[in-house]
Amino acid sequence: MSARENILNAIATNQPSLVPLPVIERNAVIDYEDRYAQFKTVLESIGGKVKLIQNLTELKKQFIADKASGNFVINAVADLGELDNQVASMQASDMEKVEKTYIKATLGVAENGAVWVYESQMQNRLLPFICQHLIIVIDKKDIVATMHQAYESIDVAKEGFGAFIAGPSKTADIEQSLVIGAHGARSATVYVVE
Amino acid sequence: MKTTHSKLAEKFIADEPRTDWHDETLWFVREKRDKAAHGLPEWEQLREWASQIKNHTLSNLSDYLKEFEEKAKANGIIVHWAENGAEHNKIIHGIIQRHKIQKIVKSKSMLTEECHLNEYLQQYNIEVVDTDLGERIVQFRKEPPSHIVLPAIHLKKEDVSATFHEHLGTEKGNNDPQYLTEAARQHLRDKFVQSELAITGVNFAVAETGGFVVCTNEGNADMGAHTAAIHIACMGFEKIIPKAEHLGVFLRLLARSATGQPITTYSSHFQKPRPGQEMHIVIVDNGRSKQLSREDFRNSLKCIRCAACFNTCPVYRRSGGHSYHTAVAGPIGSILNPNLDMKANADLPFASTLCGSCTNVCPVKINIHEQLWKWRQVIAAEGYTDATKKIGMNAMAFLFSKPSLYRFAGKWGRWMMRIFPFVTNNKLNIWYKQREMPESPKESFRDWYLKNGKINRN
Repeated sequence: MSARENILNAIATNQPSLVPLPVIERNAVIDYEDRYAQFKTVLESIGGKVKLIQNLTELKKQFIADKASGNFVINAVADLGELDNQVASMQASDMEKVEKTYIKATLGVAENGAVWVYESQMQNRLLPFICQHLIIVIDKKDIVATMHQAYESIDVAKEGFGAFIAGPSKTADIEQSLVIGAHGARSATVYVVE
Repeated sequence: MKTTHSKLAEKFIADEPRTDWHDETLWFVREKRDKAAHGLPEWEQLREWASQIKNHTLSNLSDYLKEFEEKAKANGIIVHWAENGAEHNKIIHGIIQRHKIQKIVKSKSMLTEECHLNEYLQQYNIEVVDTDLGERIVQFRKEPPSHIVLPAIHLKKEDVSATFHEHLGTEKGNNDPQYLTEAARQHLRDKFVQSELAITGVNFAVAETGGFVVCTNEGNADMGAHTAAIHIACMGFEKIIPKAEHLGVFLRLLARSATGQPITTYSSHFQKPRPGQEMHIVIVDNGRSKQLSREDFRNSLKCIRCAACFNTCPVYRRSGGHSYHTAVAGPIGSILNPNLDMKANADLPFASTLCGSCTNVCPVKINIHEQLWKWRQVIAAEGYTDATKKIGMNAMAFLFSKPSLYRFAGKWGRWMMRIFPFVTNNKLNIWYKQREMPESPKESFRDWYLKNGKINRN
C-alpha cells in the first residue's frame, strides 16, 4: 500500500465519530462606529502609515514626482497612470532594485489594519514583498469590520495567490526589539480615498 | 533517557540573571497577548468556535484530506504523502536531485525541524538557508530553535552581535538590533534572489479550495516562494480546516495569541503555482494518526502552533526551550513528544506545575494540563519513570496505606528535623535543592485536631 493509503486508512480508523461544525454568528462579533478611524489607529500601531485623501489628484502628483525622481517606481494602479506591465515577467534580480510600488487593494480590515491584495492587483507576486516602499490605495467604503466580513467579500480561490498585508515587514527576533524592515517593504502607506 | 529536562534546565538556570531575563521577556509577550485578547469582546466565543471547528475537522479528517488533495491537484499543485520524517526528507531530497538544485531557502517550519530535514540534507552536502531572522541566528550557532514562534528568544543581543560578527562580518560589539537586522536583510536578500527552491511550512490548508495559508511578519516565506522556480510546502495533516471562511476565526486568534499582534504582517494565500513554477505539498503523518487514536491525547492535534502556552508556562519561562530536547518545546510539546517516542520523552510531562495556565490561554481550548497529568499516568504504568522516582513513589504508596505507620514515621520525622536538621538539609535530599525545608511543627494536624477539633466546632 502507498503512504497515502496507509495514512488515510489510519486516520479513518482512528478519527472520532462525527461532530457538527459550529455556526459562526457574524452578528456576534465586534463592529466599529468609525471603521476608518479604527483601521488607522491599528495600522499605525503596527508600523504602517494611513492617509485620508478626497480623491486621487494629490496622489497622482506624488506619483509623477516619484517617477521623475529617477528611482525605480512600479505602478500597478490603473487610476494613477500608465501601468508598468513589464513587471509581470521580471526576475527577482531586477525587482530587487524596485524602490517604490503603487498597488490597489480590494479591502481593508478595521480590526487589524490589514488589506487584501489579489495577485492580479500585484502584477507580480513578488512585487509587494521585494520593493523597498509600498503604497497601497483603498476606497474608504471598502473597509470592513473584521476578518469574517473580509472573507465574505473576497474569494481566495479566484486567483493563484492573494495576501492580507498589514503594514511594513518587521521582526522582533533580537531581544524582542521591534525592527521595521526585515526582508520585505521598509514602509507601507495606505491611502484611503473618501 | 540520555538527557532529561531537569538536567538541561539545571544548566540553563545556572546563570541566574539570564534566567530572570528570559522569564521576564516571555511574560512581556504573554501580557501583550492578554491586551490583544481583551480588545475583542468576543474572544471567548472565538476560542469556542475555533475549538469546535477543529473538533469537527478531526472527526472528518480523512474526507477533508481527500477533498484537499483533489482540489490542490486541480489547482496544479503536486501532492505527496509521507508516513514519517524519513519519507518526508526523502521526498524533498528527490525533488532537489531531480532538478539538480544548489540554492535552497527555507522559511520557518517546525515540521521540517521535527523531521530533521536540514541535518538529513547535510549528509548529501546540500545546504538549506533558514531565512527567518531568529532561525538564521540559531542556524549560524548550530543550535535548534528554543521556541516555535521566537526561535532565538533565549539569546541576548550581545550573543547575536557576536554571531553576526563571526558569520557576516558585522562590526564587533555593535549590539543595535536595527543594525544587526539590516545586516541580515542584506545577507538574506542575496540568498532569496539566487534561490532555486523554497521550502515553507503551512499554517492552514483549506479543504474546500485546495489552497494553503502561510503567516509571517518578515515576509521571508513570500520572498522565497515567489522567487524560486520550485516551492515545496510541508504540512502536518492536522493543519487542514474545512472552509476558507474558517480562516476568519483562526487568523483572528493566531497572532493575537502568539505575540499580541492583531494579525501577522503577511497572511499569504497560495492557491496555484505561478506560471512556470512547480508547487509541491508534502502531507506528513509522523505519529499524528497514532495520536489521533489516543482518545485522551487527540485534542493536541487541534494545536495551531501559536506558542501562547510556552509564554505563560512558569516552567518553560524559567528553564528555556532547549531543556525540552525536542523540536516543539513547552507545554504542547510535552504532550506531542511522548506520542512520538514515549521512552525518550518520558520526562517531559513531568516538566510542569499543572497550574493550568497553558489551558487557559490556548486559543483552540486544548486541555493541556489535563493531558500532561494523563501522560504521567501512562508513562508510570508503562514503567518509563526513572528509578529514584519509582522507588520514592512506591515507598510513599506503602506508607500512605498504613495509617499507624504513617503517624509513627511522621512523629519521628518531625522530631528528627527539629533536633538534627542536617538529616534533611543536605545535598543528598533533592527536595533541599534550591529550597528551604519547612520548619517542623511540634505536633501534626491530626493530633491538633483530636485535641481542639471538638471545642472549636461548638
